[in-house]
Amino acid sequence: MRRSPPQKLTDYLPIAFPAAMLGLFFVVPFAIMVAVSVFKRVPGGFYEPAFTLANYARFLSPFFGEVLVFSLFLAAFVSAICLLIGVPFTYLLTRLRRGNQVVWLIALLGVLSLSEVIIGFSWSTLLSRTAGLSNLFVWLGLMDRPQSWTPSFGAVLTGLVYQAFPYTVLVLYPAFSRLDPSLMEAARTLGSSPIRAFLNVVLPAMRTTLLATSIIVFIFALGAYLLPQILGRPQHWTLSVLVTDQAIYQSNMPFAAAMAVFLVMASLALVGLSVAISGRKGAGQ
Amino acid sequence: MTTVLTRSFFGLMALFLAMPIIVIAGVALNEKKTLAFPPQGLSADWYLSVFTDEGWRSALMNSVLVAAVAAAISVAIALPLAWFLWRRVAPWARLVEVIGFSPFILPPVITALGALSFWATTGFYGQPWTVVISHGIFFVSLPLVTITLGFATIDREIIEAGMTMGADDKTLLKTVIFPLIRPYVISGFAFAFVLSLNEYIVAYMTVGFTLETIPIKVFNALRYGYTPTMAAVSVFFILVAIAVFGLVARFGDLPKLLGAWSEGEKD
Repeated sequence: MRRSPPQKLTDYLPIAFPAAMLGLFFVVPFAIMVAVSVFKRVPGGFYEPAFTLANYARFLSPFFGEVLVFSLFLAAFVSAICLLIGVPFTYLLTRLRRGNQVVWLIALLGVLSLSEVIIGFSWSTLLSRTAGLSNLFVWLGLMDRPQSWTPSFGAVLTGLVYQAFPYTVLVLYPAFSRLDPSLMEAARTLGSSPIRAFLNVVLPAMRTTLLATSIIVFIFALGAYLLPQILGRPQHWTLSVLVTDQAIYQSNMPFAAAMAVFLVMASLALVGLSVAISGRKGAGQ
Repeated sequence: MTTVLTRSFFGLMALFLAMPIIVIAGVALNEKKTLAFPPQGLSADWYLSVFTDEGWRSALMNSVLVAAVAAAISVAIALPLAWFLWRRVAPWARLVEVIGFSPFILPPVITALGALSFWATTGFYGQPWTVVISHGIFFVSLPLVTITLGFATIDREIIEAGMTMGADDKTLLKTVIFPLIRPYVISGFAFAFVLSLNEYIVAYMTVGFTLETIPIKVFNALRYGYTPTMAAVSVFFILVAIAVFGLVARFGDLPKLLGAWSEGEKD
C-alpha cells in the first residue's frame, strides 16, 4: 500500500484519538506545570495564580547550586561507568549465539523494569550490616566484623549503575548487533589481537553511537528520584529527589514546578545534542 | 585465554545483576520478622502472606488492575497512531509521535508533576482512575516502538496485491495487516504492563494517598516498618517480569524487537 496524504476528513480519524489523548493528558498537564512555576505559593500548602519569577530566582541560592552540581556530576559519573562496562559487554553479547542473547535480554529487561523502590530496597538490604555482603566477607576472612555500607555515596552510585546498566546495554544493542563483522575479521587477518582490534577498529567506528548513548544514559541517571533518597544521605539528593520532596513533603508546588521546568530544559538541550550527533553520523555515511 | 576472560566477565555481570535478588529472595525465607541473611530458620509464610495478607493482596490487585487497563490505553493510543504514520504522508503527524515518546525520554518526575498539577487543577486529584490514564500516557512509547517496528516489517506489495483483488482499507486491516502486527501489539502491551506494575512516582503523585499499589506499599514499608513480605513481593514481581519477557521471546523475536536484524537477515 503506497503512503498517501490524507484527503477526506475520515482519513484523519485514526490520529484523532491519539492526538486528543496526548494533548489533553500530556501537553495540557505540562502547560499547567509551566504556569504553576510562576504562581505564588500560599503558606498552608497551596498556590494562587500570579506572575512571579521568585521560584526561578531561588535557583541562584547556594543550596540549589550545590544540588545541581551534584546531580550533574553524579549522572555523568554513572553514565561513564555504565559505558565503560556496557560497551565491551554489549559487544560480546552481540557475538553470542542468538539463544544465549535472548536469555541475557530477558534478564536485562527484567532488571530494567524493576521498580526503583525494589532496587533501592534490595541494595539497602545487600549493603546493610545484618544481611549484607560484609557478612560474606567476614565469613571469607576478608573482614573482621560486618559493616553497614549504606547510606553512602558509594551505595547511591552502585544502585544507580545497577539501574542504568541494563538501559545502557539495550540502547547500545541495536548498533552493535548491526555492526559489520567483516570489520573485525579484516583487523584480525591483518594481525591485530581481539582486544586491539576492538579498541582500534570497533570503538572508532562506533564513536557517534557511544557519544549519543552516553548522553541518553546521563538523562536516565538524572531522572532517578528514589535511589539517592533510599541509599544516600541528604547531601546525596539530586534534582529529581528535590522536585518530589518540594511537591509532596514541603507542599511547595510552584518551586517544584520551576525546578521541573529547568530539568525539562536541560534534558531537551541534551536530547537535541544527542540527535544532532546521531544525525551527523547519518549524513556522513 | 580470551574466552576465559569473556566468560568471567559475563559471570561477574550475572552475579552483579542477580546478587540483590538472591539476597531479598533469601531474606523473605526468614522464620521471624527479621531481614537477616542468610535467613534464620526457613519458612514460606512471608511468600504466602503476599496473597493471604489483606493489605498486600489488595495492593497486588490494585497494581495488576491499574497495569492492565493502563497498558490497554497505551496500546489504544499507539496502534492508530502507528497505523496513521505508516499509511499517510503527513509530516506534522511526527509531532504527535514525538509527544508520545517524550514522557519516556524526559525524567519521570516531570510527567509525575505534570499529572499532579493537572489532576489537582481539574479537581480529580486522588481518584483511583486518574493513575490509569496517567500511566497509559506515560507508557505510550513502548507499544509505539514495537507497533511501528511491526508496520515496518510489512511488505507493501502484499497489501498492493490485496487492493488489486478489490479489498478496501477495512478488509485489508482485518485480514492482512492486523494479523501481521498482532505479535508486536501483544509485546507492546506486555512491556507497558510490566513497567506500569513497577512504576512508583507517577502513581504516588496521582493516587499516593488514596490507592496503594505494590511499589507504593513497599516504599511505605521501607519508611515505616520493614517486613519480609516486601522482599517476597519484590521477588514475585521479578518473576512476573521474567515470565512476561520470556513469553514475548517465546512467541516473538526478542532480539529483533530490541533492534537487531531478524534471524538470518544478516547472513
